[in-house]
Amino acid sequence: MNFAVLQFPASNCDQDAVHAVRALGHSARLLWHKETSLGDADAVIIPGGFSYGDYLRTGAIARFSPVMEAVQQFADHGGLVLGICNGFQVLCEAGLLPGALVRNRDLQFHCEHIFLKTSHFNTPFTARISQDKILKIPIAHGEGCYFADAETLEKLKANRQILWQYCDPDGNLTEAANPNGSLFNIAGICNERCNVAGLMPHPERACETILGSDDGKWIFESLIAAHEAKRAAKAA
Amino acid sequence: MKAKIIVTPKKAVVDPQGKTVQKALEHMGYRGVKAVHVGKYLEVELDGGDRETARKALDEACHKFLSNPVIEDYRLEIAE
Repeated sequence: MNFAVLQFPASNCDQDAVHAVRALGHSARLLWHKETSLGDADAVIIPGGFSYGDYLRTGAIARFSPVMEAVQQFADHGGLVLGICNGFQVLCEAGLLPGALVRNRDLQFHCEHIFLKTSHFNTPFTARISQDKILKIPIAHGEGCYFADAETLEKLKANRQILWQYCDPDGNLTEAANPNGSLFNIAGICNERCNVAGLMPHPERACETILGSDDGKWIFESLIAAHEAKRAAKAA
Repeated sequence: MKAKIIVTPKKAVVDPQGKTVQKALEHMGYRGVKAVHVGKYLEVELDGGDRETARKALDEACHKFLSNPVIEDYRLEIAE
């Protein structure tokens, strides 16, 4: 499977994403923000970092870069897109995902391992995660507090678009386990069509046990399995 | 011509910066501070053109780019 990992000025988790995909035995290449085509990519990763210095708002400038037009078209045609941290912020700014990420409620930059409960398993981003598994994955952000108006939140719940929520190690969705004040403990969501997802935690930094956890790999394995299933269906 | 744009967080969005500044003001002894909202101020210098065209273009830019309607409100003013 071929992953394209976008690279904006001040992306800083791009190499980690490439490493994680390659370590899982698949191919990944970096794609500069001025590119207008995604080439033969089967999936796109928008990595973490501080694209364009996070000037104006996080993700606000990156979303107007040439490569994002190609991502928009790719997503419109059902292509798989995963936004991690700053990538999640870019997807929200681009309108590919609903809501927005605002300043953490305590104004602090949080860099720590957190726990995630997967809320919906029948998606290309979560299908390989075992149902009773609580994922241990790091976060590193100052603006990860998910916000959406009441109507949007109801839609997210009704359409089962909430993929991951912050929880304690036992899977309880508590206020104390919510590192940034996100609405409804939301850590990650997908679009209605379920082909675009974003999350604040960094699964690419948790794909090898030497890093303290390899739980993140199940998110990439889910994408890989979804792609394989699609290819098999096409061939049949 | 110059445009002045003020971007503020929407009422429904938690504004921890505003709350922190408010607390600091209280600690400093300033009484009667009901609320503080921290936003952004942008000044856009324009090269000629007429006022109405400029307003229309900037209003669109505010909506599309300079503010995020999900979390922010804006006020646009065209000054001489």
